[in-house]
Amino acid sequence: MTTADALYTVNMTINGQPHQIQVPARRTLVDMLRYDLDMTGTKETCSVGVCGACTVLIDGEIAASCITLAVQADGADITTIEGVANGEALHPLQQSFIDHGGFQCGICTSGQIVAAKSLLDSNPSPTEDEVKEWMMGNLCRCTGYYQIIESILKASK
Amino acid sequence: MRDFIYHAPTTIDEALALLDEHGEDARPIAGGTAMVNLMKQNMVLADHLVSLGKLPGLRGVSQTDGSLHIGALTRHREVELSPEVQAHSPLLAEAYSRVATVRIRNMATVGGGLTHADPAQDPPPSLMVLDAHVVLTSSKGTRELPVKDLFVDYYESALEPGELLTELVVPQSPKGAKTVYLKFLPRTEDDYATVSVAALATVENGVCQEIRVALGAVAPTPIRATAVEAALQGQQVTPDAVRAAAEAVADQVDPLTDFRGSDDYKRDMAVVFTRRALEQVLGLTS
Repeated sequence: MTTADALYTVNMTINGQPHQIQVPARRTLVDMLRYDLDMTGTKETCSVGVCGACTVLIDGEIAASCITLAVQADGADITTIEGVANGEALHPLQQSFIDHGGFQCGICTSGQIVAAKSLLDSNPSPTEDEVKEWMMGNLCRCTGYYQIIESILKASK
Repeated sequence: MRDFIYHAPTTIDEALALLDEHGEDARPIAGGTAMVNLMKQNMVLADHLVSLGKLPGLRGVSQTDGSLHIGALTRHREVELSPEVQAHSPLLAEAYSRVATVRIRNMATVGGGLTHADPAQDPPPSLMVLDAHVVLTSSKGTRELPVKDLFVDYYESALEPGELLTELVVPQSPKGAKTVYLKFLPRTEDDYATVSVAALATVENGVCQEIRVALGAVAPTPIRATAVEAALQGQQVTPDAVRAAAEAVADQVDPLTDFRGSDDYKRDMAVVFTRRALEQVLGLTS
């Protein structure tokens, strides 16, 4: 009989690579990434799905990995900040965050870039208002919002 | 978060059997935006979690006999962006678009949101003025329930143990109806409403024919503002009549004092936003 501390086998594709991982049911996706796979680029900050720091793509759509159970993501295609660069070559958004001061203390940056990448993938030339609306759920305690918006607009076409 | 046993049934019958078998020890989970938060804070202590994520046939929008049928696993974001919803009930697309952030709307499901029964949620007031109903399914069969009867108390829905919300049904609005959803947000754009008002009306020759008004975040459940409706039904639409009708909402609301405002403040804002909503649907402002 299954007990509450049983481990569950989950299969998912993370940044293009297949993974099979054993997790307890209560493991959140962000904890699985950070503690089971040592992929610490994704940050957990508010832990309640409000701040956007833990943003990853699940089947191509932005999601809060801090309120997603790893077992819920069984079979999913996940993209994290580690999958944004092409090898050593930074993604244009990453370079733009460096060039325009969008990269500040760094805690929110992974989530900002994953969320912004999702926007630009579906809307390569967003208006400033569209950027603001999309990025509304990504908080920056350094309050560097102008630089973040500028970084995204400069990386857009 | 405590340990629990996770089930991922692949048919509705299997899910219902698990809910029957484990009774109060089991809770269903869909998108998880509410449930995982509640479990992280030990506000829900479930020994069994029954995931609905792999159930077939519960995700998507269709139309039958003029009514919209929205599967319980349809994401908020999918309702917001659905051309069918936008054409059939633009009020509903608008209400779903106002929930939290894109990230949460990608995850949260229609069924999960409604059964969470948080009185400050955006969709319920609009669903109430649209006369929507839900389909509840258990191992004993299915039943229909108007959305206005779905909410019992703070975070308490009318679902019986072993029941799942499987579908949301939205009928066609009366011909020529105007609708509006107003959300008072003194804090941030992604917040829950401090006060919210949905309204639907038809006017002929300056006389209010059909009038439906519902509010969120001002009582233990979303409410229909029946006193406001009674004051306007069949009446000549004038600024004075609208102002007087809006005042009637003050006696119907029972808000909580919290970090979004005092109970008195929310009562005042309920009157203000009800008046503004009425002015829009009754054609007194553009």
